[in-house]
Amino acid sequence: METFLHDLLASSALPFVAARGVILIGIVMTIAGYSVLLERKASAWIQGRVGPNRTTTPFVSWIPFVGTFLRLGGFIQPAADGGKFLFKEEPMPSHVRPGYYVLAPIVALAPALATIAMLPFALLPDGTPLALCKGADVGVLLMFAVSSLGVYGIALAGWASNNKYSFLGAVRGSAQLISYELAMGLAVLPVFLLASAPGNDHGLNLAGIVASQDGLWNILRQPLAGLVFLVCIFAETNRHPFDMPESETDLVGGFHTEYGAFKFGLFFVAEYGHMIIGSSLFILMFLGGWHIAPGIPSVGTGVVATLAGLGAFLAKLGLFLFFFVWVRWTIPRFRYDQVMRLGWNVLLPLAVANLVLTFLYHAFAG
Amino acid sequence: MAVKVIQRRPLSFWERTYLPQVLGGLRVTWRNILRPPVTLQYPEQRPAIPNGYRGVPTLVRDPNGREKCVSCQLCEFVCPPKAIRITPGEIAESSENAHVEKAPKEFEINMLRCIYCGLCQEVCPEEAIWLQNQYSMTGKTRAEMVNNKARLYELGGTLPDSHLKWDHKKAEAERQSGGHH
Repeated sequence: METFLHDLLASSALPFVAARGVILIGIVMTIAGYSVLLERKASAWIQGRVGPNRTTTPFVSWIPFVGTFLRLGGFIQPAADGGKFLFKEEPMPSHVRPGYYVLAPIVALAPALATIAMLPFALLPDGTPLALCKGADVGVLLMFAVSSLGVYGIALAGWASNNKYSFLGAVRGSAQLISYELAMGLAVLPVFLLASAPGNDHGLNLAGIVASQDGLWNILRQPLAGLVFLVCIFAETNRHPFDMPESETDLVGGFHTEYGAFKFGLFFVAEYGHMIIGSSLFILMFLGGWHIAPGIPSVGTGVVATLAGLGAFLAKLGLFLFFFVWVRWTIPRFRYDQVMRLGWNVLLPLAVANLVLTFLYHAFAG
Repeated sequence: MAVKVIQRRPLSFWERTYLPQVLGGLRVTWRNILRPPVTLQYPEQRPAIPNGYRGVPTLVRDPNGREKCVSCQLCEFVCPPKAIRITPGEIAESSENAHVEKAPKEFEINMLRCIYCGLCQEVCPEEAIWLQNQYSMTGKTRAEMVNNKARLYELGGTLPDSHLKWDHKKAEAERQSGGHH
């Protein structure tokens, strides 16, 4: 049993790697499902409502107290929300380009799930990060490269739908994603600069970035970079106030107007997958990853430290996902030209200036 | 008319970054989270019905149990969606209400047509039809949604009025005929 567990966690044999992948996808899908619940509950709280509190199943409702708590908290709701998509009719409008129409949701979801393989969640007792692809030195580059492929799903969906609303949504989405990618990439460069400073050689490894924040978190050392990156991940995940591809008030449903049932569900999960990745990246690079608090990298030793780190990471992830929802009901959607002006005229110069200033500081003062 | 010219103050640097406004907005939404929800858990909790509410139209009896409707059919004529159908009928000579002109033999209100406008209540000279508190009306068939006379009286109950118009009429008629003898 012990060797099996060890193999499951560490063996590089193909079946174990595949099993780890399936488990990871399962965990991420669960987190995505419960972030939908968080979204519905938090939206309800902000709007003075209660949120989902009716859904329950026979066996759960029979448990005293706990069953009632699960029902009122809406904890069964994600199963109902997801299951609904499975039992719906799959419509295929007659005017779409069929092959690409079916391909688009898959293209949207695949990069989101692939990126998660590179994501470290905690530090194992042996000092290696808890991740599917551990120790990938190109980690963050690969993550940026793969996660930006998600825009192909949106572009393909808009084009294959053969509908002007979808098409406009896709055009806006691709323009926005490409514009903000630049500022996002430039915003994180100072972070890697700090991580790779002489005597502090952590490279591009995400676990290394976390280790470089042992003293101060990067959000305190690089607040401007953090702000630019934060705005950019809102844009990259197509969340309010940057939900240009969807813009449901002017584009019906944007790129997914023609999609229904499980295909729509895949787009939905992909959006939450991107939210999880974006939040995790921000947490790893600016909020100290699995560090408990600024200046307190870990508590305990061995397995305790790992679990505490994992708990800290997941707590930060939950708070960040809540922040996404909180912002959604606070800031109205930007107009398309405002999005472009903000990206090119404000964020990009800010990111460049911040990078140059950091360079100069470390070249002459550091 | 005096015109007051307001100087538009240029935005300060911080205002132009929008960050203070965004933070202010976040504070507003956060305070909304802390506020208790306004939701009414409907089937368990019911809303308070205010006075003068116009719910499902009903027929009422007077305190003596006499049906107030005299089947004048004014409500049937005034009803904009033509939801009311009255079949007028005679009152049996043996009845103690024989002095009242008429009574409805059948009285149907089709709740699939009713628009709850209250014109029937307003036009009724006998105060016999009232829109009362019932706000939810459901049925599985169209026939179930048509309230017949028995159902209308069941919903309506008794109107606690004290003028008893027809009893006074009867008494007056008896007094006058008594005076001639």
